Amino acid sequence: MKEQTRSVILQCDDITVDFDGFKAVQGMNLRLLEGELRFLIGPNGAGKTTMLDMICGKTKPTSGRIVFGSAEITRMKEHQIAELGIGRKFQTPSIFRTLSVFDNLEIAMKQPRGVFATMRAKLRGEDRDRVHAQLAMIGLETKASWRAGDLSHGEKQWLEIGMMLMQEPQVLLLDEPVAGMTDNETEKTGELLREISRTQSVIVVEHDMEFVRNFASKVTVMHEGKLLKEGSMEEVQRDDRVAEVYLGKRRDADASRSTA
Amino acid sequence: MDVLILQLFNGISVSSILLLIALGLAITFGLMKVINMAHGELIMIGAYAAYMMQNLFQSYMPESAFNWYFVVAIPFSFAIAFVIGLLLETVLIRFLYGRPLDSLLATWGVGLMLQQLARTIFGAPNVGVTSPTWLDGGMTILGDVVLPYKRLFIIALVAVVLAAMYLYINRSHAGRRMRAVMQNREMAACLGISTRRVDAVTFAIGSGIAGIAGCALTLIGPIGPSLGTYYIVDAFMVVVLGGVGKLVGTVFGALGIGLSNTLFEYWTTASLGKVLVFLCIVAFLQWKPSGLIAMRTRSLD
Amino acid sequence: MLHKLLRLPQGKWMLALYAVAAIALFCAPLYLSDFRLNLLAKFLAYAIVALGLDLIWGYTGILSLGHGVFFGLGGYAMAMYLKLTASGGRLPDFMEWSGLTALPWFWKPFNSFAFTVLAGILVPALLALILGYFTFRNRIKGVYFTILTQALVIITTTLFIGQQAYTGGTNGVTGYTKLFGYSIASPGTKTVLYLVTVAFLIAAFVLCRVLVKSRFGKVLRAINDGENRVRFIGYNPATYQMIAFSVSAGLAGLAGMLFVLHVGIISPSMMGIVPSIEMVLWVAIGGRGTLVGAALGAILLNSAKSVFSETYPDAWLFFMGALFVIVVVFLPKGAAGLFTQLKWFKRKEAGHEGADSVRYPAV
Repeated sequence: MKEQTRSVILQCDDITVDFDGFKAVQGMNLRLLEGELRFLIGPNGAGKTTMLDMICGKTKPTSGRIVFGSAEITRMKEHQIAELGIGRKFQTPSIFRTLSVFDNLEIAMKQPRGVFATMRAKLRGEDRDRVHAQLAMIGLETKASWRAGDLSHGEKQWLEIGMMLMQEPQVLLLDEPVAGMTDNETEKTGELLREISRTQSVIVVEHDMEFVRNFASKVTVMHEGKLLKEGSMEEVQRDDRVAEVYLGKRRDADASRSTA
Repeated sequence: MDVLILQLFNGISVSSILLLIALGLAITFGLMKVINMAHGELIMIGAYAAYMMQNLFQSYMPESAFNWYFVVAIPFSFAIAFVIGLLLETVLIRFLYGRPLDSLLATWGVGLMLQQLARTIFGAPNVGVTSPTWLDGGMTILGDVVLPYKRLFIIALVAVVLAAMYLYINRSHAGRRMRAVMQNREMAACLGISTRRVDAVTFAIGSGIAGIAGCALTLIGPIGPSLGTYYIVDAFMVVVLGGVGKLVGTVFGALGIGLSNTLFEYWTTASLGKVLVFLCIVAFLQWKPSGLIAMRTRSLD
Repeated sequence: MLHKLLRLPQGKWMLALYAVAAIALFCAPLYLSDFRLNLLAKFLAYAIVALGLDLIWGYTGILSLGHGVFFGLGGYAMAMYLKLTASGGRLPDFMEWSGLTALPWFWKPFNSFAFTVLAGILVPALLALILGYFTFRNRIKGVYFTILTQALVIITTTLFIGQQAYTGGTNGVTGYTKLFGYSIASPGTKTVLYLVTVAFLIAAFVLCRVLVKSRFGKVLRAINDGENRVRFIGYNPATYQMIAFSVSAGLAGLAGMLFVLHVGIISPSMMGIVPSIEMVLWVAIGGRGTLVGAALGAILLNSAKSVFSETYPDAWLFFMGALFVIVVVFLPKGAAGLFTQLKWFKRKEAGHEGADSVRYPAV
């Protein structure tokens, strides 16, 4: 309905990646609209994380094209892609352990990233406010001066989400953001994702089907590196093939495939 | 033509020595990710072991048996270096797994102490080891090109060690356990492999090969407490160039450095040749940053 | 007592401590003999190297075993200037012995003191920048980079020994006594040179401190924590590593120049493998990741060396080797780390850490 009016922000065309003969992703297509919250699901080894890796530049596709806005980013370096406005949250929390929570957010903040810019950079009042607002949002106000490595697992996840938001990216890529979170935290994360998708586009890779059911508007199912089905959660759940490879026979699927 | 063949032979000879030294590193560095700077000192230990064996034969064996000392010296050098490697792993290296830079510094300290120990025991001046007479002379080809038997022997020795290592790693049960531990430690431990013992034995084998290298070096020239330091950095470059994790990479790395070293030194001077080799290595790494043979992984760091 | 001191605003008492240390250094000529003062001056030059090394190793996590080369290049630059002045327009003696008839082109600019000082800092910095460009850009890092720096040391020393006509070979460049017409051996000049060294040390310390405390420094530490993660928030780690490495090499060059003024000789053996790795030991002992620790490490270890190695040269090598092992295995953060560890234990007792450290054992 509304979708026609929104423009495509990220487009992956016919993406294939070959890890020394093993095709992790084959001919995958993905179009993400502005302000869309998309869930990417599929059994282990389906190539979901690899897709995120290619969008953010960690892995280069063997063939195919990735376009972000009006720029082709297929062969760009990670930091260039990040600067253009694609943020990534990894599966295991990866924050800077020896920096304080505040410093983690400070260096993630959207700003000139050159060497000489950071040498001269001063923490202006508005920057401080910005960091404190983010600290409040992720519930770490009281721990701003903590060494980030000393945070609990859930807090690290939040900090990483906070860092990603500080970058003010147009597209956010999240790999299993609620893994290891309590129900309460999971709920909070879902609300946050919805909030974010009002202004930014989000792709979430998730295994927690409960979570997907609660928050997904559109779901993309991948299987063995290919697109299996795309649509609303209901459509996806009704699809026989999806039920076969993923929902219905999930246990078998997990047992027969080694982890990616 | 003759000059070319001679240079080529010299290059292969240098490569073979580099390879023999780098093989031990390929195990400790390539498989275990431990930067053992004391590797050079293990070579030195192997060399002194050969020296001791020579002295033993001179003192206690009939003169006719002297030529056989070298045959005994090779396994003896291996054994001594093996035991010291085992000791080193047990008291120090095992605390340093996963900290490659720290292992580099700590083992350099060990190397320093071992050198000083050798100076205390054997004295600072170099000592000579008399080669067995059956290695004197050389093979003449093409009329006037002489290939010394000693060099040929070293090349053959390297080939044998390489083959033995290949068989051990890829064909034996112990080798399979070793590969299992190096590739997936947790899983191997779950399957009932004693990772502690595998680590210790693997490191000791790498050290033992250094011992053999030291024994071989006694054929080339006099030996001294700082013998190892001449070779260690070159040997590390071989591993860097060849890539980590596969023996074939080490072989090509050694050939690459050995041959180019000889050729550049022939064309320019010894010192300029070294610079050129270094530049070539850096240039090569622009093309293949993780060496000739690289194992691809999907992990983040 | 210590606890009470700790409770003072940290910034303030640290600043006071720095001021006291600076005053003590500047007043050293009043209470040290000429011999000791000259030794201290040499150690302070080493402390400048340690500061630079700490910048890349302690903060950025790049271990360079090639700082002897940068130090040596600075030293040679100064020695070339002094040699040319001492030769008074004639060809330096070792060149004559090697059969050169004219001054090589790259020696000529070293007639100028200003050029010499610039070159002494910029040549090492540039060499580091170039090496850094070709390595960090391709993500050659960790031990691979370290081994390459060590190879750099070997080829540089081989080159300097081999090109005797241009570098003085094994003997190095020596045989000069005067700077601006003053004898560098006279107590008066030595005092001045000492004070100059103190000034440069303080300047180097301030520079490193500003860098480390700036956002640039935070990015360096972030690179140390997780280089790849830094990429995904939009920084190019290679540029940061290159610049840090280059600044560090420039500082080593500066130290090398000062060293030559104090010692009166530079030779390939002073830039070799052993001196290069010794520099790393200074930082390791003092504490990587703390500037004061690194500088103190250089001064203390060299003081110990000058006392020890004269009387028991053999034991000194054993001692140094053992020190390496002990520091790396038991005190990875050096002497300064002891202090931090103390704080850490207090934190742990307070119970903040428990759960997390169980879930993530020493990564």
